[in-house]
Amino acid sequence: MSEPVLRVQDLAVNFISHTGGLMRRRERVLRAVNGISFELHPGETIGIVGESGSGKSTLARAILGLIQPNRGRVMWLGENLTELEEEALRQKRKEIQIVFQDPIASLNPRMTAGDIISEPLWTFYPNMARLQVEERTRGMMKMVGLLPNQINRYPHEFSGGQCQRIGIARALVLNPRLVICDEPVSALDVSIQAQIVNLLQDLQKKLGLALIFVAHDLSVVKHISDRVMVMYMGCSMEVSVRDALYHRPLHPYTSALMKSVPIPDPKLAAAARQDSWLTGDMPSPYAPPKGCIFHTRCPYKVKRCEADVPALRRMENGDWVACHRAEELDLSI
Amino acid sequence: MALLEVTDLQVQFETPEGVVEAVTGMDFCVETGETLAIVGESGAGKSQLVMAIMGLLAENGSASGRADFKGQDLMQISPRQLNNIRGREIAMIFQDPMTSLNPFLTIEKQMTEVVMHHQGLRKHEARAHAVEMLRAVRIPDPEERVKQYPHEYSGGMRQRVMIAMGLLCEPDLLIADEPSTALDVTVQAQITQLVGELREKSHMSMILITHDLAVVAEICDRIIVMYAGEMVETGTVDDIFYHPRHPYTQGLLESVPRLDRPSDDELHTIPGNPPNLLDLPSGCRFRDRCIRSREICREKPPLQIREDGCMSRCFIDMDNDEFLPDRGDKGEENAGEDSP
Repeated sequence: MSEPVLRVQDLAVNFISHTGGLMRRRERVLRAVNGISFELHPGETIGIVGESGSGKSTLARAILGLIQPNRGRVMWLGENLTELEEEALRQKRKEIQIVFQDPIASLNPRMTAGDIISEPLWTFYPNMARLQVEERTRGMMKMVGLLPNQINRYPHEFSGGQCQRIGIARALVLNPRLVICDEPVSALDVSIQAQIVNLLQDLQKKLGLALIFVAHDLSVVKHISDRVMVMYMGCSMEVSVRDALYHRPLHPYTSALMKSVPIPDPKLAAAARQDSWLTGDMPSPYAPPKGCIFHTRCPYKVKRCEADVPALRRMENGDWVACHRAEELDLSI
Repeated sequence: MALLEVTDLQVQFETPEGVVEAVTGMDFCVETGETLAIVGESGAGKSQLVMAIMGLLAENGSASGRADFKGQDLMQISPRQLNNIRGREIAMIFQDPMTSLNPFLTIEKQMTEVVMHHQGLRKHEARAHAVEMLRAVRIPDPEERVKQYPHEYSGGMRQRVMIAMGLLCEPDLLIADEPSTALDVTVQAQITQLVGELREKSHMSMILITHDLAVVAEICDRIIVMYAGEMVETGTVDDIFYHPRHPYTQGLLESVPRLDRPSDDELHTIPGNPPNLLDLPSGCRFRDRCIRSREICREKPPLQIREDGCMSRCFIDMDNDEFLPDRGDKGEENAGEDSP
């Protein structure tokens, strides 16, 4: 296999908050991302899945350098992004771009679609000829399924799905090699979600992009991912090749996430109800459980899980899992 | 007699660009003990439909038609009478649990206010009742949690509080507007299940509004599918899921990403975008996006009753349709070939 373009090594981000007022000031540490490692090859898609609060967006932002990590390295084509000066890091954004969750809120309402899509060009290539910029902008609009004659329209004149297409065009206009999609479809209607997922998949094939696709729903990343990483409270619970993950998840949390996906079939849904899914809420991130971080909600918990932290380890088939009982449990679907 | 019978309901909004017909000619009823799902994309008019019934339309909105609830037309009665029905006989759960609770008041204050007003309970009675409801929606340690503020609750917990508040006065009809959409899938499953169980226990009727058909598969009796302000199909849950007649319903069902389907297939989509209500296509409103659209669709299709009692607003008889275009070529309609 080719050299990975991105190598994330033991990345950690802590957020510090203060409580107790002026006189009895105390610090609380929230480990939003807690030692995440993975590799991404050219043209590959990794899906990152977890509930809200699992640290997936923070991870995405830390890779881009929008948040300074407390520990670890982000190796981009052999260069450590976390050590770069601001300007040097800014230049790297030509190669690494992001698509945000809320398509309407992430576009400036006072700029036209054309302005939004061409802004990165003006920023990075201020000497580019106006005609060339316009041509490129129209080309991008066409590529993401917008009509080039909509170039002078404002975001409010587009639907949510179309706004997300503008966001994608803006991310792709600089010809990046990696695009990080942070929940790009979770704010959209189901009928439009599929359009955007298909569009990203097409563009990825056409342009040979590497993609990081963040979502809270395993069913959304299924079609687009080559590999999937499941996160829980800042930790990586499982990193598996797609088909292996969907046929036989290794971690009880992955299995629980899969069981909570609604099935659009009344009879199957009633049958699936017999299976118990995840109960309760995530524990407070300020006081994470000892031992396995998932043990408070895990139906397969044994004594050992309360004391020992399971390391992320490689299984025989090459997938990674952080569970003491991965070998003995059969969570096949 | 049906608990709620809606006849020829229209909702209009005056906007600077012109009059928008958000809902046109809706007729439906909700029987006692029944759960009705109203499904459609954003802008289909599903929320405005129930807002009109509840008398909660925005200032630039107006509604006409009838909504008979236990023999009273909700569209005609005075605001005072409506106030007595709202909260007590008809309760509503809103979409966003983060913004529907008052951040400055404890959960106790917000929950007891309703019952003290509607049922004239004393403070300690109201409090006991609130704790009991929180327990019913499975909030752990309700005696303590009732004293807390909304920010001390997680998203799923807040939605449970909303549900508990909706159920406080034991309403005859509960309207839930996308109760689980803003939540994680894991919590979504819990909430959907909870709503279904509570409804079974209390024998109340329910209207469940959603854009995701998969969510309602398990807990509904009947489904209305709305598109661009109109009812395009209605039937029992089995009819809609196993025998959808309208191309839009079929598209909605197929675009749900599923874990039990092969992952290499491209996801099915409904091409195009929801229409602009100010500029609707003539004839069938779904015409522009329909893969089966043909000449006759330029005329307005009537809501046709099928043999089994389902209704569908489409000229094409799906049962005898031979015209099935190849699905392969209907992907990104405007996508060009050039790459940068």
